[in-house]
Amino acid sequence: MGRLKVVDSDRCVGCQLCMFACQRRSGTAGLAQCAIHVRSRGGLSRGLTVIVCRACEDPPCLAVCPTGALVKRRGGGVVHSPKKCIGCGFCREACPLQAIFWNDETQKPVICVHCGYCASYCPHHVLKVEEAQSAT
Amino acid sequence: MLPKDPLRRVLYIDLTNRRFWVEERPELFAENIGGTGVASELLKEECPAGIDPKDPKNPIIFAVGPANGLFPIASKTVSMFLSPHNRLLGESHAGGRSALALRLAGYGAVVIRGASEIPVYLVIEPSGVKFRDARGLWGLTVSETGRFIRECEGGSGLRSILRIGPAGEAGCTFSCVVAETYRHFGRLGLGTLFGAKKLKAIVIYGKRALPVKDRKLYRQTYDEILQKLRETPSLRKYHDVGTAVNVIPLNKLGALPTRNLKQARFEGAEKISGEYFAQNLLGRRLACTHCPMACIHLAALRTPYEDEPYFYKTTFISYDYEPIYANGSMLGIDSAEGILRLLDLIDNLGLDAMSTGVVLAWATEAFERGLVSKEETLGLEPRFGDVETYLKMLPLLARRANDFYDALAQGVDFAARRFGGEDFALAFGGNEMPGYHTGYGAHLTHLTGSRHSHLDSAGYSYDQKLPREEITPENLAKKLYAEEVYRQILSSAVCCFFGRSVYNYETLARIFTVSGFEYSPEDLERIGEKILKRKYSFKKERGFALKKLRIPRRILETISAQGKLEESFFRQALSAYEKLLEGGQG
Repeated sequence: MGRLKVVDSDRCVGCQLCMFACQRRSGTAGLAQCAIHVRSRGGLSRGLTVIVCRACEDPPCLAVCPTGALVKRRGGGVVHSPKKCIGCGFCREACPLQAIFWNDETQKPVICVHCGYCASYCPHHVLKVEEAQSAT
Repeated sequence: MLPKDPLRRVLYIDLTNRRFWVEERPELFAENIGGTGVASELLKEECPAGIDPKDPKNPIIFAVGPANGLFPIASKTVSMFLSPHNRLLGESHAGGRSALALRLAGYGAVVIRGASEIPVYLVIEPSGVKFRDARGLWGLTVSETGRFIRECEGGSGLRSILRIGPAGEAGCTFSCVVAETYRHFGRLGLGTLFGAKKLKAIVIYGKRALPVKDRKLYRQTYDEILQKLRETPSLRKYHDVGTAVNVIPLNKLGALPTRNLKQARFEGAEKISGEYFAQNLLGRRLACTHCPMACIHLAALRTPYEDEPYFYKTTFISYDYEPIYANGSMLGIDSAEGILRLLDLIDNLGLDAMSTGVVLAWATEAFERGLVSKEETLGLEPRFGDVETYLKMLPLLARRANDFYDALAQGVDFAARRFGGEDFALAFGGNEMPGYHTGYGAHLTHLTGSRHSHLDSAGYSYDQKLPREEITPENLAKKLYAEEVYRQILSSAVCCFFGRSVYNYETLARIFTVSGFEYSPEDLERIGEKILKRKYSFKKERGFALKKLRIPRRILETISAQGKLEESFFRQALSAYEKLLEGGQG
């Protein structure tokens, strides 16, 4: 299983096409259900930061989930099951990258599934899908 | 419109009574699409006849459209108001992040009424509006204001911060509103109106989902449009060198206004060209939200502190063709670094860079000719090419330091009425000239365009692409009219005009279908004409008439790329344009 990698955030121009692509996977427009985030480093003159799940081998978010809504994903990271999730937000607190986002409409976390759909829309090769070594 | 689309929600904000409420107005959007269409209807509803632009009853309107948040390069917000600058239709569009933030906060339009007693800033969120005390921010520059608000408010990456500088507070009539540091509601004085309302800034935050009619059709249409945007060669130039790529070709044509348009070729053009900037100063490129072009070019300017050795600061300053023309060739400045220092100050004071350059150019020629003396200029001696003096004049202008600078702060039309020199006061319909002396088309756009902007109908482009025999007053009027009608729909979507080669009427009709709007391309043309005529009526009710327009003599004296221009041609074309605007049912 591949994983999404931020190759070089200094190439990012802040168009957020990746964010809109992520939302389109859900069949809607906008940004509510978006698992990648681009923001300035404190003003656009300082450049941009791209925040997305790194697919940890030993994910801290998984460790704090009280309901088993997060399960380990092959290749790193987690798979989120909205049915089991109670929306406590512990996972979001646990992620040191702040790479777990929040859907205000569903009150559930949004976590990257490493499908790479966003990377195919990045005009500047900031993102790519890397074939990771098998975790097993 | 789709039942769950929040586009229908109009947010009303009353600054006087610190109240806000939302009205659902689906029919307003069904009839006018969004953006320019909706804003012009709201302006008609809100703005009473006969008021002064600084009257609290003058509303500020923002509107977005169905394409914002759905499709790439639909990245603009339209603002509308009674202009404090030319006292006619105030309309200005900005890129940056505000269109997406507003649309995803769940609003289609915002109407700001009244005025605050003390300086405030607003935070617009999905749940409503917060009024914040801005007394501590009053008087700060644009960048300082941005820095403090950025740290006080949350939502980085999902918000927009619109703010004004000292010029807007002081009432200079061509003050702008800056969005995201590098984009502007530049022209016609929106910043002045913010200042008059004691409104220092607006933060907009939103990230909701937007419905589409058919998810498969949506993705397919999206991919097709994005592909076309990537493949269009005319867009490539904005992506690479940026709009500044136009300096050299326009100079070669003899269409680059130089030294207050005493010439149309600049011997220093190479040194202020897009290529020069790109090779020597380009430090970063940025995009507006949801735009693959990344046409925003930032120069990294390294400047030493004079009082301490080995002590530098590096500032990122955005540059484009128009600011380079207005504060470069128009002022006889052949130093890219000099232009950047001017632009940095202009931006921080919150002035419109285009009007500012033209105003300084007029002041320089007026001083040369002895219409004003050192007494008026407070001891300064403006000369073409003299960056240091212009840097000293700007703060005096922004704070309207005396009678002379106060006149400059109201534009060249006003200053020339006060001090003389109308023949070389380069404004059209009260708005200072854009950087094209390409021929009849360009100046006709400046004269007839509803905003008196080169972007209204792009006459400069018709000057270059029309065969000579097709350049007749009637034909040109017809072409520019059709172009301006079409652009009403683009700016109702709201698409950036750089996407015009991709978003024709057919494509626009298709993307509107995804939002549940069923228009045929013919419907769109009809709506475009309706919007344009509505804007014209707004101006007409305030004393505007095409036949009364002043044509600055200077454009007839200085040979254009098409040769010498005749006033009679302009008068005939204006009367043809007026007939088109007056014809049929508005």
